[in-house]
Amino acid sequence: MKPSLSLTRRHFLGTAAAFGGAAVAPSLLPGQAHAAGSLTVGFIYVGPKDDFGYNQAHAEGAAAVKAMDGVTVIEEENVPETNDVQNTMQSMINFDGAALLFPTSFGYYNPHILELAPKFPDVRFEHCGGLWGADDPKNAGSYFGYIGMGQYLNGIAAGHATKSKKIGFVAAKPIPQVLNNINSFLLGARAVDPSITCQVIFTGEWSLAVKEAEATNALADQGCDVITCHVDGPKVVAETAAARGAYICGYHADQSPLAPEMYLTGAEWNWAGVYTDMVTKFMAGEPIDNFVRGGLADGFIKMSPLGPAVSDAARNQFEATKAEIMKGGFAAIKGPLKDNKGNMIAAEGEAFVESDVALESMGYLVEGVIGSTS
Amino acid sequence: MNDTATASLGIPRPALAKWLPRAEAVAIPLAALICGLVVFSLFLLTQGKSPIEFYALIYKAGFSTAFSWQNTLSRVAPLLFAGLCVALPARLGLVVIGGEGAIALGGLAAAVLGASMAGASPLIGLPIMFAGAALVGGAWIGAVGWLRIRRGVNETIASLLMAYIAIALMNHLVEGPFRDPASLNKPSTAPLTDALRVGDMPIGVEVHWGFAFGVLACVISWLLMDRTTLGFAARIAGDNIRAAQVQGLPVGKLVIGFTALGGAFAGLAGFFEVTAIHGAANASLVAGYGYTGILVAFLARHNPLAIIPVATLLAGFEASSGLIQRRMDLPDATILVMEGIVFVVILLSETLYGRLPVFNPRFWETRA
Repeated sequence: MKPSLSLTRRHFLGTAAAFGGAAVAPSLLPGQAHAAGSLTVGFIYVGPKDDFGYNQAHAEGAAAVKAMDGVTVIEEENVPETNDVQNTMQSMINFDGAALLFPTSFGYYNPHILELAPKFPDVRFEHCGGLWGADDPKNAGSYFGYIGMGQYLNGIAAGHATKSKKIGFVAAKPIPQVLNNINSFLLGARAVDPSITCQVIFTGEWSLAVKEAEATNALADQGCDVITCHVDGPKVVAETAAARGAYICGYHADQSPLAPEMYLTGAEWNWAGVYTDMVTKFMAGEPIDNFVRGGLADGFIKMSPLGPAVSDAARNQFEATKAEIMKGGFAAIKGPLKDNKGNMIAAEGEAFVESDVALESMGYLVEGVIGSTS
Repeated sequence: MNDTATASLGIPRPALAKWLPRAEAVAIPLAALICGLVVFSLFLLTQGKSPIEFYALIYKAGFSTAFSWQNTLSRVAPLLFAGLCVALPARLGLVVIGGEGAIALGGLAAAVLGASMAGASPLIGLPIMFAGAALVGGAWIGAVGWLRIRRGVNETIASLLMAYIAIALMNHLVEGPFRDPASLNKPSTAPLTDALRVGDMPIGVEVHWGFAFGVLACVISWLLMDRTTLGFAARIAGDNIRAAQVQGLPVGKLVIGFTALGGAFAGLAGFFEVTAIHGAANASLVAGYGYTGILVAFLARHNPLAIIPVATLLAGFEASSGLIQRRMDLPDATILVMEGIVFVVILLSETLYGRLPVFNPRFWETRA
């Protein structure tokens, strides 16, 4: 094991005084002192917080926390998943007195949060997307939402809107969270018309605007007339698709301002409720579960308002399915279902409901998706 | 002109001839750094932000407390290695900018070797991983030198394009053949055992051993380049390749050798990222250290010893980026703007060498 030396606050203050930093700092630096009894919450983003996507969704949640009484929110964007994030977390703890941290990118968890959490037992680390396990530190936790259901609803809107019966998906990497979205999108569309196919293109990176534009153009060239995506910032995909005359289903956040006429709906995170709830519990001293998951019914995700291009038939099926999902226990993956290589993934009568942990290790694309995971 | 005069202040001429160039080499970059910071202050003022607060935050976040130093020094190691990957070839007149690729492949080599030796003693495993990372990095950048000297391929373009290939190759291998099936949403190689991890140095703050090895690499590079006949030959080849060839120096071997050495150091940056930070190879290895290394090497004027303070200063700037975002409500790119301005001013200051009379011994003689 690595030798560790935890930097307690007392240690920190002592050395700060020794270096003379403490003497200079307060006079020069406004805004660092905060009232006693208040809570400082730190949010860390892997990209820009106005990316119309993953990071913006979290920043909107942070904004809701900011509006709470007695809470100071500090934020840092563009923090890579390297030692940098460990330094950022420690900096927030040491310099700002943060007691609750939301490092929101998947790669922040292992090894970075797992490394730091034991050294700061009084600080709570809440991580988005990870799979907290019983061996992990008790002051760490992970939360995520069943956003595949949102992509299923996207698929219903897409299934009604497509004329070519070909829909497209721009994806970052062939990992379970992304594969679940692709499969759900197609299955939603096939609930409208079983002849629909979905072409997927993987860009290989979470944020690579040029490739995302190329992929969107390639999908449009192949005749896909509804396009969605799972990359960190869907802005480029949405704008490119609209410019090519394809409809858009959004992801992560609301992209309708980018293409109001072509935007059908979107699967959005609804972190505001999740975050304010966690902060309220934390301030009241109540325990927060280490492993938190939720879906549409729990307010973890929401759908963008339906756009002007959505037909009445689409609206009816969309609302009916949404009501079905709101009851809980909905399964997009249900038998009989094969993957696109012909292997059976769900036998007749078998179903994987939205909360099934097996979905978090998905490794296949379902029949009707054109593309390969490798 | 009075050839027999000694300098003023009683300093003999040889001492002047020895120390004035050194003073020049320190004073010009320092003055350029200050000029750059002044220009950047003007930029801040146009944004309605206080430069004093800005620099106070850099001091506070990067250099004031034990934690600040930890934050700074823990960022230095990859910059030292990446800086050497640019500086060593540069002394031979080659502009190699693709260290990022060698970092990615070196890290991958270390991770794959380590994963295949689970249960091995660190005394056996770590040296093998260390050597593997250095070999792969060395071969990758050495190939750039080979292409340059044997095939006349421009080394700047070749190294940059090869970096893209290296990163794509690493991603392919990490997501394909070498993927740990348990790494679901972040494809990675199999995790290293604790025995094959590199820990922190026993200095009271959490800074891993990569820092010490990076400093050592800089010192060794300096000795090699500035204190051996081999380095002398390399510098001649860098100053005038034709003259070096006429003298019968093995220019080809020198170029390939020193590019390979630079690449080996970049590979070691990957080794320490994997063994000290991540515990596996994955896309996080591609964090831009190779490109920051270009800045480091140019600011240090390709002097391996100067890389140490320059890398520390840049690491301190980057350590303060977060606090500046949080306290001054400036975007994270602010630090990059500052680094860019400083970089340009220091490059411009290159034209001043040998032109300022104050650094010419005759300036002092005529005053005598």
